[in-house]
Amino acid sequence: MILNFPILSATIWFPIVGGLWVICSSRQVGHTFARWNSLFFAVTTFLLSMLLWYGFDTSTADMQYGELFPWIGAFGIDYAIGVDGIALPLILLTTFTTVLVVLAGWVVIEDRFGMYMGAFLILEGFMIGVFCSLDAILFYIFWEAMLIPMFLIIGIWGGPERVYATIKFFLYTFMGSVFMLVALLYIYSKSGSFSISSMHDAVLSLSEQKWIFFAFLLAFAVKIPMWPVHTWLPDAHVEAPTGGSVILAAVMLKMGGYGFLRFSLPITPDAAAALDWLMISLSLIAIVYIGFVALVQQDMKKLIAYSSISHMGFVTLGFFVAFQVAGATGDLSQSAMGIEGGMIQMISHGFISGALFLCVGVLYDRIHSRQIKDYGGVANTMPTFAAFMMLFAMANSGLPGTSGFVGEFLVILTAFKANVWYAVLAAMTLILGAAYTLWMYKRVVFGGVGNPEIANLKDIDGREKLIFSALAITVLVFGVWPAPLFDIMGASVDQLVDQMFRSKLL
Amino acid sequence: MHEFTLVLPEATLAAMACIVLLVSVLRSSRSQAFTFGVAVVAVLLVLAGLAFTFPTNSEDAFNGTFRADAMGSALKIFLMGIVLCSFFYAREYFMHRERLMEDFLILALFAALGMMVLISAHSLLTIYLGLELLSLCLYAMVAMDRDSILASEAAIKYFVLGALASGMLLYGMSMLYGVTGSLDLGLIAKQTVEAEDHILFIFGLVFLLIGIAFKFGVAPFHMWVPDVYQGAPTPVTLFVGSAPKLAAFAMALRLLADTLNGLSDHWQQMVLLLAVTSMAIGNIVAIAQTNLKRMLAYSTVAHMGYLFLGILTASSLGYAASMFYVIVYALMSMGAFGAIIILATATNESDQLQDFAGLATRSPWMAFMMLILMFSLAGVPPFAGFWAKWFVLKEVVAAGYTWLAAIAVFFSLIGVYYYLRVVKLIYFDRAEVSTAIPDTTAGGRLVFSLNGLTILVLGLFPGSLMSMCLAVMLTHTG
Repeated sequence: MILNFPILSATIWFPIVGGLWVICSSRQVGHTFARWNSLFFAVTTFLLSMLLWYGFDTSTADMQYGELFPWIGAFGIDYAIGVDGIALPLILLTTFTTVLVVLAGWVVIEDRFGMYMGAFLILEGFMIGVFCSLDAILFYIFWEAMLIPMFLIIGIWGGPERVYATIKFFLYTFMGSVFMLVALLYIYSKSGSFSISSMHDAVLSLSEQKWIFFAFLLAFAVKIPMWPVHTWLPDAHVEAPTGGSVILAAVMLKMGGYGFLRFSLPITPDAAAALDWLMISLSLIAIVYIGFVALVQQDMKKLIAYSSISHMGFVTLGFFVAFQVAGATGDLSQSAMGIEGGMIQMISHGFISGALFLCVGVLYDRIHSRQIKDYGGVANTMPTFAAFMMLFAMANSGLPGTSGFVGEFLVILTAFKANVWYAVLAAMTLILGAAYTLWMYKRVVFGGVGNPEIANLKDIDGREKLIFSALAITVLVFGVWPAPLFDIMGASVDQLVDQMFRSKLL
Repeated sequence: MHEFTLVLPEATLAAMACIVLLVSVLRSSRSQAFTFGVAVVAVLLVLAGLAFTFPTNSEDAFNGTFRADAMGSALKIFLMGIVLCSFFYAREYFMHRERLMEDFLILALFAALGMMVLISAHSLLTIYLGLELLSLCLYAMVAMDRDSILASEAAIKYFVLGALASGMLLYGMSMLYGVTGSLDLGLIAKQTVEAEDHILFIFGLVFLLIGIAFKFGVAPFHMWVPDVYQGAPTPVTLFVGSAPKLAAFAMALRLLADTLNGLSDHWQQMVLLLAVTSMAIGNIVAIAQTNLKRMLAYSTVAHMGYLFLGILTASSLGYAASMFYVIVYALMSMGAFGAIIILATATNESDQLQDFAGLATRSPWMAFMMLILMFSLAGVPPFAGFWAKWFVLKEVVAAGYTWLAAIAVFFSLIGVYYYLRVVKLIYFDRAEVSTAIPDTTAGGRLVFSLNGLTILVLGLFPGSLMSMCLAVMLTHTG
C-alpha cells in the first residue's frame, strides 16, 4: 500500500460530501461558483481513482485497498470495501464519466443548477460504493440508494414524458433488486455471513442455486438490461437530460454486468452452468432482434438506447458462453477470454455510448429536437463536431482500431469456439451496428442543409471540444492498446473462472 | 423494590395529567402556553421517572397484575418521546385555529397513561383496563372537532367498531378464564403448555387475536383506519397513528408470545393470513387515494402487515424485528403527519396530495425531509424504513418462510408507487398556488427536522437500536 490514508473510502465519500456541499451552498453563491465547485470535486475524485490505479498490484486477485469496520455488530454486517481487477476499471470509468457530465451540464442547466450537479456527485459516490462493497448488505444499500438521485435527475430535468419514464425506471429496477435481497437473506441463512467472499463458499444444492440464480438474474437483467426486461431503458434514456443518459449508459448498465461477475457466477456456478443455454439465447435475441429494432428508430436517443441493449447482449454472451467453450475446447483460458471480452465491451461501451449521447446532447442544446428527420447537413455548419461524431459512430459499429472492436472481437472469437452458430448470430451485429449507426449518421450529418435552423448552427466551443477530445483519445487508445485493461483484470478473471468451474455439488 | 416504585412513572403521569386538567380549568383561556408548558413538564418528568426506574430484571407488582420489565420500559420511553413530539406538532396546528388545545393535551396524557398500563399489563384485567382507558380517550380526541361532519362520522365509526372489538376481546378473555380459572398471564401460560389442544383455548385465541388485529388495524379489521385518519384533526391522526402502535405491540407480545406460546402453531397461521391480507389490501388500495391522510392510513395497514411478519416467526429474533419495526414506523408516520400539520393554514388542512405539488420550490428543506420520509416509508435504503423491512424479512427467511418474504417484497414493490407519487408531486410538479410556507414556531420546525434527520441517521447507523431491541427481547423471552 503506497498511502496510509483510506483512499478508497475517500473516493466514495468525497463526492457525496461534495455533492451535499454544492446543493447547500449554490443558493447563496450563485452558478459560477457552484460550477467550479462541482468540477473541483469531480476532478479530485477522478485523481483519487487514478491514484488507486497507480498503486494497484496487477499480479494478485486479492482485494486491495481493503478497509473493514464493524457496522451492525449484532448481525456481523461490516463496512467492508476493497477493489480487485474487475471493480477497478469500472471505478475509473465512473469517475471519468462524472467529470464529463459536470462539464456537459456547465451552461445547459438553468433550473436548480446546484441540485443538478450535487445529484450527480452523490450518485457518483454511490456508484463507486457499489463496485467497492465486499459486504452484501453494504452492496445492496449502495445499489438501491443510487436509484434516488437518478430518479430525481430524470424527473426534474427530463423531457416532456419524464414522470412516466422515471417512475418506470424506478419500479423496474426496484422490482429486480428486492428479489435479490431475498436471495441474499437466504444465502445468509445458509452461510451465516453477509461477507460476499464467504457467500462464494456457501454450500447450496442445485435447486437452491437455481432459485437464487433467477432472483439475481431478475436484478441484473433489468439493470443491464436484457431482453425482455429492457423496455424501461429507451424511455429513461429519451426523457433523461444529457448527463443522465450518459451516466445511465456509461455506468449504470454496467452494474448488471458487474453483478453477474460478483454474485451470479461465483455463488451459483452450477445453476449458471445448467442455465447457460437460457442466458446465451437471451443474449443472442438482444443482439439480433434489438439490432433490428434500433434500425427503425426515428429518435436519435432511442436509437442509441437500443444500440446499448444490443451491445450489452455481447457482455452477457461473453460471460455465459464461457461454460460451453470450456466444454468444447477443454481449455479454461478460453473461458477467461470470453469474460475479459465482456469486460472490455462494458468499458468501451461506457465511453462510446456516453460520447454518442453527448453528441445528441450537443445537437439538442442547439435545435431542441432529437428527431432524425429534423436534421440533415450538420457537417456543413459544424465540421469539427461532425468529425468527432464520425469517430464515435465508427467505434459504435465496431471498427478495428477503436475500443469497440476489441471486446466484440474477443467475444465473437470465444463464441466461435463454443458453437459456430453463436458466432454467426453474434457477428450479425457488425452488419446491423454499422447499418443503424452509420445510417443515422448519414441522415443527420451529411446531405444538404435541411432547414434554416441547421444553417444557423454554431460549431462546438472549447468546452465541448475538451469533452469530445478526452473521449476520442480514450476510445482510440484502448482500441489500439488495450493491454493495460487486460493487465488489471487478468488475475481477478482467472480466479473468477476458477470459481465458476468449482462445483458446489458434492 | 417497593411495589410503588415500580409504577412510579404511571403514578407521576396520572398525577400530572390531573394537574394539567386543573391548570386548564383554573387559568383563563388565554394562557394556553402555560398549560402547554405544564404538559411538557409532565412528559419530561415521566421520561425521567422511566429512566430512573429502568428495571434490570422483570418484577411484578400488585399481585402480579402489573409487570415492570426492560421491554416495557424501553417501549414506554419511546412512547413518551413520541407523545412529547406530538405536543409540539399539535401546537403548530392549534396556533392557526381558534379551538383550544387543552383538550388535546389532557386527553393525550390520559391516553398515554392507558398505553403505559397496557404495555406493562400482566393480567387479563389490566390489559382490558389499559386498553379501554386508551381507546376512550382516542374516541373523544377524534370527535374533538365537533363542527366537522367527517370527524363526527369517523368518531362514531371508531367507537362502534372499537366497542365491538373490545367485546370480542372480552369474550376471548372469558374463555381463557373459563378454561384456566385464572386472569394471571403467567398462570394461563403454564396451563396452555399442559393442555395443548384444548378447543376452548383455540376459540379464545381467535377472539383475542381479533381484538389485537383491530387495535393494529390489520386487514380485514382495518375498516376504521382510513375514516379515522382522514376525519380526525391532523394532530389527532398523528397521535392515533404513532403512539398506540407501540402499546398494541406490547399487548400482542404479552398475549401471543408470553401467554399463548404453547398454541403458537395455531396463531402463527392466523397471523400469517392477517399479514398477507394487510400487505395486499393496504398497498393496493393506497394507490387509489387522493387524500394524503387517507393514503397514509392504507399505508399503515400495509406496514402493520410487515410488522406481523416478525411476530409470526414466534422467535425472539422475530419479536425483536417487530419491535424495531414498530419504533421506526411510529417515527416515520409521525413525521409524515407532521409535514401535513406544518403546511396547514387556518383555512386549508393541506391534506390533499395536490397541496404538496411544487413543495421543492416553496421550501427545499421541508421537501428534502418529505423525500426522506417517503423513501423511508417505501423501504428504500439508506433510510430507517429499509432496515425495518430488512430485519423482518431476514427473520422470516431464517424461519423458513422464504416464499412469504418473496410475497412481502412483491407487495412492497406495489407500495413504492404511491410513495414515489408524493415525491413526484413535491419535486417534479409546479405549485398551483405559490404560497409561502405558513408561519411556524421554531419548536415545530426543530421537531420536524429532528424527526426527519432521525430517520436518516437511523438508516445510516441502525446498529444500536437493533442491538437494544435484540437485548430486550432476548431477556424477555429468556
